[in-house]
Amino acid sequence: MSTVRHNEPLIRIVKRDTISRPKSWGIRIAAVLLALLISGLFIYSVTSLNPADVYKAMYEGAMGTTRRRWITIRDVMVLLCIGVGLAPAFKMRFWNIGAEGQILVGGCVTAWCMLNLGTSLPTPVLILLMAVISIVAGAVWGILPAIFKARWGTNETLFTLMMNYVAIQITSYCVALWENPAGSNTVGIINQQTGAGWFPDLFGQAYGLNVVIVLALTVGMFAYLKYSKQGYEIAVVGESHNTARYAGIKLSRVIIRTMAISGAICGLAGFLAVSGVDHTISTNTAGGRGFTAIIVAWLAQFNTFIMVLISFLLVFLQKGASEIASQFNLNDFASDVITGIILFCIIGSEFFINYKLIFRKKKGGAKA
Amino acid sequence: MKKLLALLLTVVMLLALVACGGNNNTGNNTGNNTGNTSGENTGDTGDSGDSGAVDIKIGVICVHDENSGYDMAHIEGITNACGELGISMDNVTFKYNVPEDQKAFDAAADLADSGCDIVFSDSYGHQSFMLQAAQEFPDVTFVACTGDQAASSGQSNLKNIFPYTYESRYVSGVVAGMKLKELMDSGAVTDPKVGYVGAYPYAEVVSGYTAFLLGIQSIVPEAYMEVQYTNSWFDLTKENETALALMENGCVIIGQHADSTGAPSAVQAEHDKGKEVYSIGYNIDMLSVAPDAALTSSQNVWSVLYKATLEKFLAGEEIPTDYACGYAEGAQTISALGPACAEGTQEAVDAAWAGIKDGSLKVFDTSKFTCQPATDGSYQVDADGHVTSAFGLDSDGDFVADTGEAIVDGAFAESVLRSAPYFALRIDGITEIN
Repeated sequence: MSTVRHNEPLIRIVKRDTISRPKSWGIRIAAVLLALLISGLFIYSVTSLNPADVYKAMYEGAMGTTRRRWITIRDVMVLLCIGVGLAPAFKMRFWNIGAEGQILVGGCVTAWCMLNLGTSLPTPVLILLMAVISIVAGAVWGILPAIFKARWGTNETLFTLMMNYVAIQITSYCVALWENPAGSNTVGIINQQTGAGWFPDLFGQAYGLNVVIVLALTVGMFAYLKYSKQGYEIAVVGESHNTARYAGIKLSRVIIRTMAISGAICGLAGFLAVSGVDHTISTNTAGGRGFTAIIVAWLAQFNTFIMVLISFLLVFLQKGASEIASQFNLNDFASDVITGIILFCIIGSEFFINYKLIFRKKKGGAKA
Repeated sequence: MKKLLALLLTVVMLLALVACGGNNNTGNNTGNNTGNTSGENTGDTGDSGDSGAVDIKIGVICVHDENSGYDMAHIEGITNACGELGISMDNVTFKYNVPEDQKAFDAAADLADSGCDIVFSDSYGHQSFMLQAAQEFPDVTFVACTGDQAASSGQSNLKNIFPYTYESRYVSGVVAGMKLKELMDSGAVTDPKVGYVGAYPYAEVVSGYTAFLLGIQSIVPEAYMEVQYTNSWFDLTKENETALALMENGCVIIGQHADSTGAPSAVQAEHDKGKEVYSIGYNIDMLSVAPDAALTSSQNVWSVLYKATLEKFLAGEEIPTDYACGYAEGAQTISALGPACAEGTQEAVDAAWAGIKDGSLKVFDTSKFTCQPATDGSYQVDADGHVTSAFGLDSDGDFVADTGEAIVDGAFAESVLRSAPYFALRIDGITEIN
């Protein structure tokens, strides 16, 4: 009877039904610790530096002085804003790869306002106007692919991606149009003398307004997705188009509306970046953050409060990376490797949250 | 479990090894490049740092890192200048890969926060952010290398420095001209067409390629040039593609005003296929990437300008708002001539340098080039097309000269009214393609 011997594999992978919250966070924290350990090994083996010193330098780079803390906060806010914008689209399983372009068009119209209306309008009016126009511009950039998707079933990944290139070309054109000084291919700081169209200080902080706007969006989006009827519709459409149809949800309307919101918030992020941070426009205004924010949205599983954490982690790593490049004369590539290891471990940990490994039991021991 | 641990450990070690190997490679590459960049003593700054404890903190903002020839020239410049002045490199903080946006201000302000007395930035686009920092930190001196707005900004703690790059461009043109002449004499080439990979269509680049072509024309008067722009200071792929396109269009010599090794690599690749094409580099010796195709590179010796600036700063003297100097002060050179250079090149180079030094050779001699009549009134030409007068500085671009006359004693006086180049005349024989 027992002639057939099953060779049980060493490790089996089994999908978990549920996982308790403490356990899932335990796995995530373990992943971060593992990442720090691997990075430490990497740092030591490549540079013979004490990893603890390097981590300390990273902390200093991101949080070492008041100015650095505010710069970190400022960059977290822009990234978070884009992540919040992407959340509804991705929750609907609409792959909006076009945040980069939506940011740029929002930035371009903002820059136009600063250049042309900077001196003629009072600051609050101008700020409000720029916010509205950038929202409209971003929304248009988001709606276009949504209409095509809803009407003709085009592939939104490709469509939104292509819209990025259109936006980049428009931005290049604007930069050439507004360049200062002529021929330099940069716009320079807009209204450097007057500061017209720049975010005013709030609570004595240059970036106070950025924080207020983005945190309001974060809370608002959380409530919208979790408690509103539209948020529920988004969730249903994301799970299954057929279920949504069966439940009487008008697919095309939800898709277009959600993308309008997504694009609008990304456009607002462009306004934030131009008027609130850079005070200039270039094709690097988005700087890849439209893509980084996808990681933010996914890792947080569209929970905007967790996005705050994730954006902070990413910006922290980035600031820390340039600081260790500066302090230890390490090349930026070395710090990119560290960032890569940490991200790899965090994303990898999601696997262990969704699946568990079962090891082969010791042979016979238990039975005998 | 043990097996798993072992597996994990192996993976970790493998990872470390791979990463290690990768890093070593880049290290070697830069090592090669830098080794050739300057003949002066590099690297033994540790020794010189001990000799005198000079109380100064210096911040340096670089647009890229040591993998870019341009930035490497600046890093070396600072390092050598500090070595000569007995400033320990512990007093110097570098910020690498700082883009030309708000992050440049962040970096400058952060350096000022950390107690730097003087902050340098190495790229043109940093300057408006340096100006912003200068306004916020009036006690700190900000030097925007290659910038052009210090004087017009009226901010007294903002300075510009720029070497006479057009001199080494001209001399590298002489090297190219000698090769072109050899190729034409032997019949290998009949069309004396030269290509140029430019970064952006503005004065710094225009001044450079014009000087380059004038250098070539001093040997081969019928030579003409096609310029294509990459719209980036550093873009390996784009520079590579642009060089290829130029060679496709029949260019025999490829010059460059862009910071990567993209163009010389492309030229070497075509050269290997049997095409008669040669490369003139910028900033770093290109022989490591183009051993057969590279003739020479025009180079700025930034340490001369850094040293002069720091010397004045240490002595407590006022640093001039604009500072420029050239071969006579040792701020200009070309890299070692490649094996492909024509016979007699060294003699021609020596003669050109001597002429530049004693003033008998003026790079932008108006009798040596012609222009079409101006449509915007920014310059005047005589009946033969020779320029008789031109705007000095028109910093706001309104086609009204702000300061000075550029044509002095029959030549365009470059980098005199301000340190940054302002020669933006488009001379006959050059076609620009965007």
